[in-house]
This record gives sequence, structure tokens and C-alpha cells, in this order.
Amino acid sequence: MSDIPILAAEDVTKHFESRDGVGRHVTVRAVENVTLRLHRGRIAALVGESGSGKTTLARLLAQFYPVTSGRILLRGEPVTGPDRRFAGEVQLVFQDPFASLNSLRRVEHNLRRALKLHAHPAGDEHVRELLGKVNLTPEAEFARKLPHELSGGQRQRVAIARALAVRPSVLLGDEPISMLDVSIRLDVLNLLARLRDEEGLALLYITHDIASARYLSDDVFVMYAGQMVEGGPAESVIQEPKHPYTRLLVDSSPDPERAAGSSAFTAAEKLGEPPSLVDPPPGCRFHPRCPFARDECRTEFPPRTEFPDGGWTNCWLHVTRPEDTPTP
Amino acid sequence: MKVRVGIGIIAFFAVVAVVGPWLNDLMGIGPWKIDYDAISRPPGGGHLLGATSQGTDVLAQVIAGTRNSMVVGALAGVIGIVLAVVVGVTAGFFGGRIDALLSFLTNMFLVLPVLPLTLIVAGYVQDTGPVTIALIIGLFGWAPGARTLRAQTLSLRGRDFVMAMRMLGETRTRLIFVEVLPHLAGWISAMFLHLVLGAVLAEAGLAFLGISSADTVSWGTIIDQARQVALLNGMWWWFVPPGLCIALLGTATGLVNFGIDEVMNPRLRTADIKAMRKALA
Ligand SMILES: Nc1ncnc2c1ncn2[C@@H]1O[C@H](COP(=O)(O)OP(=O)(O)O)[C@@H](O)[C@H]1O
Ligand SMILES: [Mg+2]
Repeated sequence: MSDIPILAAEDVTKHFESRDGVGRHVTVRAVENVTLRLHRGRIAALVGESGSGKTTLARLLAQFYPVTSGRILLRGEPVTGPDRRFAGEVQLVFQDPFASLNSLRRVEHNLRRALKLHAHPAGDEHVRELLGKVNLTPEAEFARKLPHELSGGQRQRVAIARALAVRPSVLLGDEPISMLDVSIRLDVLNLLARLRDEEGLALLYITHDIASARYLSDDVFVMYAGQMVEGGPAESVIQEPKHPYTRLLVDSSPDPERAAGSSAFTAAEKLGEPPSLVDPPPGCRFHPRCPFARDECRTEFPPRTEFPDGGWTNCWLHVTRPEDTPTP
Repeated sequence: MKVRVGIGIIAFFAVVAVVGPWLNDLMGIGPWKIDYDAISRPPGGGHLLGATSQGTDVLAQVIAGTRNSMVVGALAGVIGIVLAVVVGVTAGFFGGRIDALLSFLTNMFLVLPVLPLTLIVAGYVQDTGPVTIALIIGLFGWAPGARTLRAQTLSLRGRDFVMAMRMLGETRTRLIFVEVLPHLAGWISAMFLHLVLGAVLAEAGLAFLGISSADTVSWGTIIDQARQVALLNGMWWWFVPPGLCIALLGTATGLVNFGIDEVMNPRLRTADIKAMRKALA
């Protein structure tokens, strides 16, 4: 963990200039001072409900658009823009496999272009090798297929194979299984785990499903309304959530191992709405939904508190003031 | 089926346009051959579709006219569609300043009063043959198509599959020509046919207003000449055939566009892709 991260977002912020329903100019504060580091051979899960800025963060990491502030570092070097070299290192797998493949082009077109663009041999056997890597057999048959002849899971495998074709060192998966049939989700997760183990890829696995994050990932990061609120080794974050929002996520995820009825949240709090990112609450953006909110939560974003198990959180409940007694 | 009938009709006119003069020779008739015994004769006998008040053969004139009408249509269609694609797709794909500039140009041509301008230009140009008319119509008719293509390209360029190819480091040229443009094929062919029909109609309209060179014969000029004499004398066989040709071409483009719409609109189901490949093949 102490080596240089392959890809890192350091204190990045992204504000979108946009227009509201009646055409007025608004600023959407989608990501706020977020740091995320990806390491070789590890899967980091990014968890948060819809609209929390997960896709925006992934696209910042992929250089889809420039950061408003902060830096994206590739092997410790600041990235200046999306050039071919960057594309050869960092690839993104989109959420919707029905939209990420050109409906008029065969599977082999996607793979062959990816190989050629990065000066890798692009013969039929190399296309077949890629398809084999994502378990699409018989390879020769799949190579000739058009997207509409494939199921969602098969399309997502093609999208993964296309990303792998450039031989990247980082793969960003934006909810890669959320649009797939439940029956094949596990296969795709296992494929991602194999890529980490066999190819040593650094993976970012975005999800709103904390159970799959626990199944797949080594580290878990939790985002709420554009702010990163907690992170650390997967077991520690999920077994002992420190931030009340993580607690809420874990409690509302079905898990047979955990006894029901232990939640500190009432049903009403669980149903609370995530805040507007145009005019977000000051301080910790979770405070309007937090049953433990204090005065400082409403005014100032808390500093990071680190724990012996490797986890950390940004939450006033865990900040030890000199005048306070340490929290038990 | 609709598409096939439409394409069949258009293909028929295209063939007649190409082999027309030869066809006339074969039948021993010609658009300028005057048969003094047959002046104003109704269909039948030596003149299958009758003769005009000058004694020329209506069928021969319609066949000869098909070539000029189709030349005007095709040329105007090609000029118009090339301009629409270049301007619309460039504006939509590149955005920013290029888009602002090209959109301004498009909007300017959109609000231009095309018909009066066409009349003025046509009045200035000496000898308004089919090529001149095609040029005028093509140069003035591309803007609505460009606007639609810009909007379509704008939406396509942000779609995941284009973003994914861009992420691979794909070149701009290939993003445009290989990833984006094929999705516009339906729109482009529909617009092309629309332009062709518009040009044929406009040419006929201009001929009707007397703007056309005296020594070319087209569907429009036949109707124009018939208008001056035939309507009064009840010589329906003179103006019905060219009129019917125009109507048929209109129906055919309508049928094809209808078919293309059916293929393009419901989001690409299995059968539709095959149908589209057929329709666009
Ligand atoms: N291009 C954009 N322009 C304006 N607002 C955007 C844009 N992209 C995302 N947003 C906004 O940023 C917020 C975070 O979105 P997103 O990153 O997609 O969240 P998530 O992936 O966690 O669901 C949302 O409120 C969304 O509306
Ligand atoms: Mg998302």
C-alpha cells in the first residue's frame, strides 16, 4: 500500500456549469475535494447512492473532462490531458453495455481498433485471444457478431475486452454489473477479480450495492453528495462503519449474516433524500439526514480521522478535540 | 415493401433518364420531330401518348424530359446533401466556435426567402439550363438538412459508444466517418430524396414561370407549354403524363422516407437492422 499509486485523484473538485429548469445558470457541485488512489493488483470499490458523484469522479480519473481544481496523477506524474499514452494506461468500462458498443459494428471491429491504435498486433488470433480472456467462446463466432446478437452480459464482456486490448494498467468500472441480469452478475465480478489477480490491474469498481463491494474489493470508499466520507480496507469499512452514512448504507443492504433491527436509523431517516448539489448544505452534506448531527456538522466539513485498522473517516463524531475525552 | 416500391419507381426514372434518347430512337420518335399530320392528335396510332399542338410526340418529350428533370434533381440533391453533411456534421461534432459559426451560416440560409431569391438569380443568369437550376436549388436548399444533422451529430457524439472509442484514442476522422456517420445514413438518404423531389418540383415551378432555357425539355417545360394551349382545348394527354411523372416521383420518395423512418425510429430491433441494411444497400 505504501508504493506509488498508479492512478490517483488528489483533492479534486468538479463543478459543472449548467442550466436549471427555467434556464437560469447554475453550478452543480458534483465532486468536492476528493482524494482517491488506485494501486496495482487491488480493487477499490467506490460506493454511494445515485447522484453522489461516482460517475463524475471516474470520468475525471479517465480525463473525460478537466478537473475544476486538484490534480490527477498517473504514476505520480500530473496528467495533462487525454492523449494516446494515457489511453494506453487507463480505460473505463461504462455502466450501460447497450449504449457502449456501436450497434452497426461487429465485435471484432471494436477489438481490432483498440489493438491497432496502441500498436499491438491485431490479427484474428489476437482478437480471439482477447475474447478468450473474457470467456466469450467460441471466440471466432463471437468476433463476427453484432451487438444486438449478444446478451447484456456478453456485451459487457466485449466492452471489457476492448478496454483490455490496449493493455491498460488501470481499469475503471462504472457500475459495470448494475444493468446486467442478476444471474450473470457474479460471473462478471469474478472476471474482474481474475484480472486483478492474473494481470495485476488496478481496478476501480463503482457500485451502489455494498454487498458486491464487499465480495469483490480490497478497499472501500464511500461518497455522499460529492464528498468522500469514509474509506479503508473493505472488511473494516463494512464490518465497523465509522460514518453514520456508511452505517445507513450497510444497514439498508440485505445481509443474512447480520442481525436485523440493530439500526440506529428510523425508517423515515432511511428514506431521506440526497441533497441538491446546486445548493448543497454547508459543512458535512449529510447533516440534514444524520441523527447524530451537531452544531459543527452544519458549518464545517470535518477533518480526517484515521483508525488503527487502516480505515479513516471525515466525521465530527470521531474528531478528538484537545478539550474532549477520547471517544471510546 | 413500401421501400421497394418506392425504390423501384425511382430506379425506373433513373433508367429512363440514362437510356431515354436511345429509347426514343428505338421507337423512331423524337422530342423535336414534327409530324404535321398529327397536330393535337389524342393518344393512339403512331403517337402512343398523342401529340402536341406543334405536332411533336408527347411520349418522346416526356422521355427526353425525364433526363433533364432527373439531372436537376440528382445534381441539386448531391450538392445540397454534401453541403448539409459537411456543415451539419462538422458543427455538431466539433461544437464550440466552429459550431457557432456554422450554425449562424445555417440559420442565415434558413431564413433566406428561397423562392424569390431563386427567381432573381435565375433571372440574372443567362440561359437557365438544368445545371444552373440544380446549382441554385442545391446551394439554397441545404440548410434545413444541416440543422437536423447538426442536432443528430451532437447527440451521437456524446453517446457512450463514441466516448468509448474516443477513450481508446481513436482519431477524430475515424470517429466521424466510422462511428458517427453510418448512424446518420437513414437521415441522409431521406434528406437526399427530399432534396431531389424539391429540386424537380422547383425546376417545374420555374419552367412554369417561364424561367428555363427554350431548347431544353423537362417535365416542367412540357407542362408549361401545355398550360398555354392544352388547358383551353382539353388536350389532357399533353399535360397529364409529365404531371403524373412528378406525382409518381413524389409518391416514391414519400414511400422510401416512410420506410426509412420505420427502420430508424424504433430503436434497432433485430429485424430492423436487417431491414435497414436492405434499405440502405
Ligand atoms: N455534464 C454534467 N453537467 C451538469 N451536471 C452534471 C453533469 N454530469 C453529472 N452532473 C451532475 O453531477 C451529479 C453527480 O452525478 P454522477 O457523477 O453521475 O453521480 P453518480 O454516478 O454517483 O450517480 C448529479 O447531480 C448530476 O446531475
Ligand atoms: Mg453513475
